[in-house]
Amino acid sequence: MSSETKKILTTDGIPLEESLKKSERKNKIKAFLLVAPLLFFLLITYVFPIGEMLFRSIDDRMVSKMLPKTYVAMEKWDGKELPSEEVFEAFYLDYKILVENKTAGKLSTQLNYEKNGFKSVLKKLARKQKKFTEGNYKEQIMAVHKRWRDVDYWRAIKRRAPEYSYSKYLKGIDMYENEDGNIVQVSEDRRIHRILWTRTLEVAFFVTVFCFLMAYPIAYLLATLPMKYSNLLMICVLLPFWTSLLVRTASWMILLQQQGIVNDFFVFTGLVADDNRPEMMYNKTGTYVAMTQILLPFMVLPLYSVMKTISPSLMRAGKSLGGTPFVTFFKIYFPLTIPGIGAGCLLVFILAIGYYITPALVGGASGTLISNQIAFHMKSTLDWSFASAMGLMLLAGVLAVYWVYNKLVGIDNIKLG
Amino acid sequence: MSKNEQFVRFDKVDKSYDGKVLVVKDLNLDIAEGEFITMLGPSGSGKTTCLMMLAGFETPTNGEIFLETNPISNIPPHKRGIGMVFQNYALFPHMTVYENLAFPLKVRKVPKDEIDKKVDKALAMVSLSEFGQRMPGQLSGGQQQRVAVARALVFDPKVVLMDEPLGALDKNLRESMQYEIKHIHESIGVTVVYVTHDQGEALTMSNRIAVFNDGKVQQLSSPDKLYEEPVNSFVAEFIGENNTFAGEVTDINKNQCKVKLGNGTEILANPIRVKAKGEKTIVSLRPERAIIDPKENMQNKHKGKIEEVIYHGDHTRVRVNMLGNSEFILKVPNSSARMDIKLGNEINIGWDSHDCRALDPK
Repeated sequence: MSSETKKILTTDGIPLEESLKKSERKNKIKAFLLVAPLLFFLLITYVFPIGEMLFRSIDDRMVSKMLPKTYVAMEKWDGKELPSEEVFEAFYLDYKILVENKTAGKLSTQLNYEKNGFKSVLKKLARKQKKFTEGNYKEQIMAVHKRWRDVDYWRAIKRRAPEYSYSKYLKGIDMYENEDGNIVQVSEDRRIHRILWTRTLEVAFFVTVFCFLMAYPIAYLLATLPMKYSNLLMICVLLPFWTSLLVRTASWMILLQQQGIVNDFFVFTGLVADDNRPEMMYNKTGTYVAMTQILLPFMVLPLYSVMKTISPSLMRAGKSLGGTPFVTFFKIYFPLTIPGIGAGCLLVFILAIGYYITPALVGGASGTLISNQIAFHMKSTLDWSFASAMGLMLLAGVLAVYWVYNKLVGIDNIKLG
Repeated sequence: MSKNEQFVRFDKVDKSYDGKVLVVKDLNLDIAEGEFITMLGPSGSGKTTCLMMLAGFETPTNGEIFLETNPISNIPPHKRGIGMVFQNYALFPHMTVYENLAFPLKVRKVPKDEIDKKVDKALAMVSLSEFGQRMPGQLSGGQQQRVAVARALVFDPKVVLMDEPLGALDKNLRESMQYEIKHIHESIGVTVVYVTHDQGEALTMSNRIAVFNDGKVQQLSSPDKLYEEPVNSFVAEFIGENNTFAGEVTDINKNQCKVKLGNGTEILANPIRVKAKGEKTIVSLRPERAIIDPKENMQNKHKGKIEEVIYHGDHTRVRVNMLGNSEFILKVPNSSARMDIKLGNEINIGWDSHDCRALDPK
């Protein structure tokens, strides 16, 4: 069949396909030129920086660039005993340059990630190396600090030899590659990331559930009330949406604090004693309350837009056919709102999983999420590669949720309006 | 089987939505068992409100509705056992045709094999047996409509309500669906209350028609009577085409009255809603009852000037200026004998005084 279609010619004798392409080429070029500025804008401001950031999570060239000679010398070292004089000499020469360039601090930070205790011995080495005499560097370096006689520290340096590594990802799930090259868990008292991951998932899940439970009746009212009431209600839903996130979180802080309005009200009504006010902030409760309120519009709007399209005569038809209001709702109305539920839940869950400001302000120690940890590494420890590794893990998590949703409900069933 | 003449009874029903305006005023209406009754009227006349009250989606402000002598105002819609076909079909879009039809049976806890039997029968009735597994979205408008009809009938309701069910269909389909619904009604004998604003539909399908206007039933009678013998000028104008003359009664006896028109001419008419001399009246005459070149013995004979000729295929519509009415319409069957119907010609027109009804003035 295709061979026959190829033979079709226009009245001028040009093959039809060719002629069609020609006539549409101009439009295609025009269309491309119209979107080109946006495309370049996105490339420069989005794809490139994000790609660069994500690349950092596996990029481990920093140390190998700082210690080029050392790694060349280390190639022959089997890592069982202390390295040879050759390695010590190379390390001394590399480090000397770093100290002269005043970049030795970076190396100590990087090596300290790998093994605690590097910072102090490197500092000491920086001071002492000025008085080093030529030859027999092994002895001289080992004399600086006893840790230089510990083979583990040299192994730690060698572990940083590869230019790319997934060690940050292991760290993100509280694992590391030990001296023998096995992937093992960190000691129990240091497994903070796993707690944060499960807490993030838990908070995102429950916030989604709370949002759904609260948004469904609101959206139903919005879709069924007469215009004059539903407009007012819509404004009530949207007004917080337009208010700054920071302001809303701050108002929750005013409401929820121990001397806050909600607690005052509880005391006033006699629900709790004045000296026994419950803590509703700087813990998970605060995170739940504030995030649910803030993310509520993201659930209401998709639900509303779907409910608006459901004809009221369907409910009437269900009732006239003998379905009780309950049966009619669950057999007819509810299934028809599933696209909206899916869209709303996906939206809220994805937003909640990466939420930052609210947990940072009202979460306290037990209410912070993985995004706060990412921010911590971005701003305080400056371990950007670890931050971006966790960011990528978060993104992978979101994509996994999306994939599961697609399998269960089907992504084309989503309706945002 | 003796038929219950008061199967459905509206008893002094009033309905108001806002407490200011009555949408339905003092409605008294008896519907017999097995009857096909149509509520016909312009939009806003209260016909759909009546239907919704019967279905249970609206409650009467005053009065009571009886179904088989039981008052039903306090019965919720799902317990009334009344089937309903909606204007936009209201098929459940997430269910197959089969599931749509099975829904009323499932909620009644009918056993599975019986559901299958009934659904198959209902689908066969609307000749859609092959379509059970389709989704409503995959059907054409006419097919959806038939599914909606089948769904309203599948649980053997006592009464089926139809709210302008053919409004969204094109003309040809509408006509064939009219016959189909009529045949279904005849074959299963269910009581049907049908709401429409399309008089052609009402005339074709119904046993009786209730013409609604302004919240009131203007006339309740069989289609032919409604057309031939309208009791007031609203019905006369609403049903079919109508030529009217406004005038005043100058003489009246039992069978005939004289009406003096605005231009001074007197015509003879059938007194329907006029009782005494001096009353204002509107005289109504169906276009097909006026003939060209009348015989000598016709009571009304007048001359008119042809102002417009519109060819309609099987007949020609002729607009004539006559007795001060420039909108006088004649329907002339097309035949070779009528070649004198040309613009500007003067023709003789006559009609029986019996066909020309003196009704209430508006």
